[in-house]
Amino acid sequence: MKKILYSFLFLTTVATAQETVYPAPAQKGSIAINNATIHVGNGAVITNGSIVFENGKITQVNTSATATAATVINANGKHVYPGLILSSSNLGLLEVPSVRATVDANEIGEINANVRSIVAYNTDSKVINTLKANGILLANIAPNGSLLQGTSSVVQLDAWHWEDAAYAIDKGVHINLPSLLNRPNPFAEFLGTASNTDPLKRGLEQIEKLKQFFRDAKAYNANPTAYPVNIKLSAVKGLFTQQQKLFVAAETVKEMLIAIDFAKEFGCQVVIVGGSDSYLIAPLLKQNNIPVILGQCHTLPTLQDDDVDQPYKTPAILQKAGVLFAINDDDGNSRFRNLAFNAGTAAAYGLTKEEALAAVSLNAAKILGIDAKTGSLEVGKDANIVISAGDLLDMKTSIVEHAFIQGRKVSLETKQTQLAKRYEVKYGL
Amino acid sequence: MKLSQFVAMLLLSTVTAFAQPTFPVNGVADKRSTPTAFTNATIIISPTTTVSNATLLVQDGKILAVGTNVAVPKEAQVINCTGKFIYPAFIDAFTDYGVPRVERAPGFNFFAPAQLTNNQKGAFGWNQAIRADIDAGKLFSTDDSRAKNLRDIGFGAVFTHQKDGIARGTGAVVTLAADKENNTILKDKAAAVYSFSKGSSTQSYPSSMMGCIALLKQTYYDAEWYKTNADKEGVNLSLKAFNEAQNLPQIFDIAERGNGDASSKWNALRADRIGDAFGKQYIIKGLGYEYQRIDEMKKTGATFILPLNFPAAMDVEDAADVRFVAVADMKHWELAPTQPAAFEKNAIPFCLTTNDNRDPRQFFANLKKAIENGLSETAALEALLTTPAKVLEVADKVGSLEKGKLANFFITNGPVFADKSTILQTYVQGIKYAVKEDAWYSTNGEYALAIQQKGSTQNFTVSIKNNQATVIAKDSVQGKWVFDGTQVKLNFNAGKKAKSGYKLSGINNGDVWQGTGLDSSSELVTWQMTLVKETTTKADSVKPKALPTVGTLSYPLNGYGFEKAPTAQTLLFKNATVWTSAKDGILKETDVLLKDGKIAAIGKSLSSAGATVIDATNKHLTPGLIDEHSHIAVSSINEGGQSVTSEVRIGDNINPDDINIYRQLSGGVTTSHILHGSANTIGGQTQLLKLRWGVNDEDMKFAGADGFIKFALGENVKRSPAQQNNRFPDSRMGVEQVMVDAFTRAREYEKAIAAANPPSATKKGTLAKQNPWATVRRDLELDALVEILNKKRFITCHSYVQSEIVGALRVAEQFGFTLNTFTHILEGYKVADKMKAHGAAVSTFSDWWTYKMEVVDAIPQNASIMQRVGLNVAINSDDAEMARRLNHEAAKSVKYAGMSEENALKMVTINPATMLHVDKQVGSIEIGKDADVVLWSQHPLSVYAQAEKTVVDGIVYFDREKDAQLRKNIVQEKNRLMQKMAGEKRAGMPTVPAAASMEVMHSCGDHFHKHGLLVIDQH
Repeated sequence: MKKILYSFLFLTTVATAQETVYPAPAQKGSIAINNATIHVGNGAVITNGSIVFENGKITQVNTSATATAATVINANGKHVYPGLILSSSNLGLLEVPSVRATVDANEIGEINANVRSIVAYNTDSKVINTLKANGILLANIAPNGSLLQGTSSVVQLDAWHWEDAAYAIDKGVHINLPSLLNRPNPFAEFLGTASNTDPLKRGLEQIEKLKQFFRDAKAYNANPTAYPVNIKLSAVKGLFTQQQKLFVAAETVKEMLIAIDFAKEFGCQVVIVGGSDSYLIAPLLKQNNIPVILGQCHTLPTLQDDDVDQPYKTPAILQKAGVLFAINDDDGNSRFRNLAFNAGTAAAYGLTKEEALAAVSLNAAKILGIDAKTGSLEVGKDANIVISAGDLLDMKTSIVEHAFIQGRKVSLETKQTQLAKRYEVKYGL
Repeated sequence: MKLSQFVAMLLLSTVTAFAQPTFPVNGVADKRSTPTAFTNATIIISPTTTVSNATLLVQDGKILAVGTNVAVPKEAQVINCTGKFIYPAFIDAFTDYGVPRVERAPGFNFFAPAQLTNNQKGAFGWNQAIRADIDAGKLFSTDDSRAKNLRDIGFGAVFTHQKDGIARGTGAVVTLAADKENNTILKDKAAAVYSFSKGSSTQSYPSSMMGCIALLKQTYYDAEWYKTNADKEGVNLSLKAFNEAQNLPQIFDIAERGNGDASSKWNALRADRIGDAFGKQYIIKGLGYEYQRIDEMKKTGATFILPLNFPAAMDVEDAADVRFVAVADMKHWELAPTQPAAFEKNAIPFCLTTNDNRDPRQFFANLKKAIENGLSETAALEALLTTPAKVLEVADKVGSLEKGKLANFFITNGPVFADKSTILQTYVQGIKYAVKEDAWYSTNGEYALAIQQKGSTQNFTVSIKNNQATVIAKDSVQGKWVFDGTQVKLNFNAGKKAKSGYKLSGINNGDVWQGTGLDSSSELVTWQMTLVKETTTKADSVKPKALPTVGTLSYPLNGYGFEKAPTAQTLLFKNATVWTSAKDGILKETDVLLKDGKIAAIGKSLSSAGATVIDATNKHLTPGLIDEHSHIAVSSINEGGQSVTSEVRIGDNINPDDINIYRQLSGGVTTSHILHGSANTIGGQTQLLKLRWGVNDEDMKFAGADGFIKFALGENVKRSPAQQNNRFPDSRMGVEQVMVDAFTRAREYEKAIAAANPPSATKKGTLAKQNPWATVRRDLELDALVEILNKKRFITCHSYVQSEIVGALRVAEQFGFTLNTFTHILEGYKVADKMKAHGAAVSTFSDWWTYKMEVVDAIPQNASIMQRVGLNVAINSDDAEMARRLNHEAAKSVKYAGMSEENALKMVTINPATMLHVDKQVGSIEIGKDADVVLWSQHPLSVYAQAEKTVVDGIVYFDREKDAQLRKNIVQEKNRLMQKMAGEKRAGMPTVPAAASMEVMHSCGDHFHKHGLLVIDQH
């Protein structure tokens, strides 16, 4: 308990406003973390090992307890993790959902292939620091909106500006499949839809519209000079050269089958986002090599008959079937900071703790195409590292004491720790 | 019967419409009054009395005599009904026949401008949904096309009304004769009707089930008060009409906005409770789900009007669609047809109505289905004859065939419910309406056919059976035979290979049929056909068939319901780590004994004879979790129609079917405080529930708990999310004044009551107690506020920002009471000292923030800071999903602020119990307290902990092992029902697409996270 209090105070003694929480300067000199339990992110655990990083890169991951470096952190009794990755998020695009002026996550129009999330990513969002403080060091920033939403970019969460933050630019093309649910009419008045519209028919029409766009884009990008310049069509060129991935928001089996169909027809790498029913077609996803970014585990079962813990155990079903998946946190109320605990819940319902960790680190990196640079604690990768007082996935013990992004020791202070401190002063606590 | 007689009958007019004395005649007088005798019939005089070989004598639209010894006057027309059955025409106790339909107003929109006053022009009451002024008798006009559809299935009279409003005024009993309204209205003000649907009202209030209930109750009080205080009110035609209708039969249509789902059955109990409060016994019009709670239905003591709107089987061929269909919906498909039989079996009187069938023919088909499912024919007849006649108080006119009653009856060629029987004619007020004339006379028989052509005659034998003609010439060939009762057509070839054939047409003249035709060379022929031999077919009767096998009911009717109510067990948890949430702290390796629903013993090496022993080694036992702020298990949550709605009560609309009750039990929750939403400053009265899965709405309530009420401050109540706001208040300044004004009015009200009821009047042996309500208008809104002033009701106040928190404290202090609880209270850490000084408790989220402007300063250290300042702090859910992880939410204070684990768990056990004033009963593991406990697989604050058993009152409501079995059962049951539905489709029965089983979920309106594909968020 002393340690907990100590770290708490350590975190909150620096400044009085988030405006003075500075992005960290580039790493100078080498840093070693010794005597640590190292959770590599790929399933391996090194008990009582050490890690060294220099110039932002991991240079050693040792099974021996100690290594030498310019700065040594004694992590005895602590747990070391790769920085967690939020796989799909509107972080930095949307500050206060109920205040329209702060919302930059949606665009007008159905086909917005050319819209780029990265340019609206606000590094000064108050939410970002609260994520770092919970071990989330990278995020894939994706637009919301209707059909073809635009492109996503991966950012690291300690930056002055989006250009500093950019980690992988425009690598994801995001589409949001229309619902193909046959909803009964009695609820039409709640849904605000006319009772005579057939959602299925409308959905299939929209899907055809999307497909036509990709057919046009494929033809256009094969020889752009033959056509008038079209910034929408050129925006998805990378899909056909495997430079981009197609992220498809899909929940039901029908929607996911359509996503697979996109992969087949356009020869692009498809990632399913959401996938609440992915457990029903896990073998198919495996056969077709379709990874899944699962929505948060902390959600209700879809149907009243579903197992009460279905969302909690869906990751374990995908794991068993060999599907590559990540776990996401898209909670609009707690604002994404519970990523680790969503993984922890999955570990309570069938995943091993290391598998659960991979679902928010290495798997996410693989899906986002950044696994050569990050996602695990391996030599040569960026030093995106978290040190926690205890099990990072369990809120009972998840207390982040240090975090490094590209070797830079980042501040764990947040607007919230500052406010807490302010009122502890008021009450003399 | 001889065909000649039949023809005679057809030719003679039986129309005996009565001319009205005051109406001039355009032409010459044509008054007819001939009696008609229907002889040799099997007459069903009433559901329980049948006479055969009897005569029914009618004249001037009324029955003169009925029986086996009826003397037929010589001037009577006689209709021989040999082989025929005569039934009293049916009565539908619930229709809107002949009355204009109104367009329903769209549902309440949280974000749209409010309509705060009545748009109805005239001297009516304040609320547009109280349409007591409707007099359906004045709106009624005969509608022969609708009448025909009903007459064709045997109906002769209906109750009709305008389906508009919560009070719908009065309806009329009318016949289905195609006659002047003057003649067809039997009773113009026959019954008053109420509902839970606002109908065409566009006024914002009421926007909820609870609001509908409160409005109707207030209207009863207002109407009573109006009787003696009209001078204060002025003319109020709504209340006047409401009062005038009070001595009529009272019908309650339990329909609500939307089409009504399985939870609508609770509306029947809600209606009945309103009736109980005002000495009314409603006749309850159901929606088809009432069988799911038949014991409760019986206890209402009501007569029901039941629809026969059985769902069609679903097309289950697409597994991807069926995946979204709940077993509950499939079971309803199977069990809905058992509803009438269930009512009969339980001796609950009921009528049957066509109201919910789009096509009345479907009603008749479903009636037969109900009979196949166990409804007796006698009960079916009672439900269509004597019971509606009785409840509508028209038994002197309709419902049976007795002297003096209306000549409303129908004639069939067999027992009415038999498969091959047909209704031939329906008589309404003595007027004949043909239904299927051609079936009256059986043409079955052998005929001699002679065809003459140019002097020569060809002879054939024609055999007719069930409207199929076989012509015997050289070969036996099928002819095409069309007979409409008068005209006939017969086409045939003279032999199988014959090239010559005939196309004949003509009419029947008695037993001889004749006409003209063409041969195959289009040469003219004439023909005659004479009956040689009549063949009779026996009328079939309904054979007693074995009842179809159907699934079992469970409570609630879904995959996780109990088939048999569970009972309290003697449970002994051995060797657990016991988190007492009491002074004993955390006890290692300790036993806990639950007995008779209470915690009986805590200690080492306990034993108890007959106890079920549960090895809890390495496991943790905690008190059941208590959620201070929840919105599950209700039919509505927000009465957003006004800024002050203290009259509405969550407890009036509990929905025990909500699957989230079971899901939350799986997360260890045993007590839930169900709050009104945050649409207005003074919201509704809250309801504390115990999560007793499977019990009825009343039994879910936490008995003896103090009453609470929800208040709300800030963005939601000033309607910041709305495009525009026209409802006071629009700022935090106004919010404070809403409270000041409300309590000021409450004080004045209390004074007025006291003045009207002086203390001396209540002393024994002095004056009789005066009734203050003779002069003071009873006001349910102010009643609740007076309770707050008198510390009999307690506030839980939705609040975020420091300014509004302090403002609310000062209002409470100004009026001399303590504000019991601040809920949400995300800036509570800023004014914890002020709340402490006031004596308020707080209940908050662990880590929600920045989802709206007023929560940008929320911090996860809030709970801890408030606790360290000395407040009683709880962590609540306000969310059906998060409530399953309250223990984890509490654990976040350990993470973010270093709170002790023991204190963290207290935030979801004893602390909320204390702030809800139920800490004597629940919230800790102490001897004598309610046996509400949870067995956890490991440390209860760990993300890896699972609730293995959740116990309420000593009853295991959630058991992870049993849950595993239930999951298997769901798969099996779904499979069984899918097979059955597929069988229907193969058998050619109509099917409907498999529609997803959507769920309505209620919330404050604060939420920015998803609840799943099938959830419809309703604020």
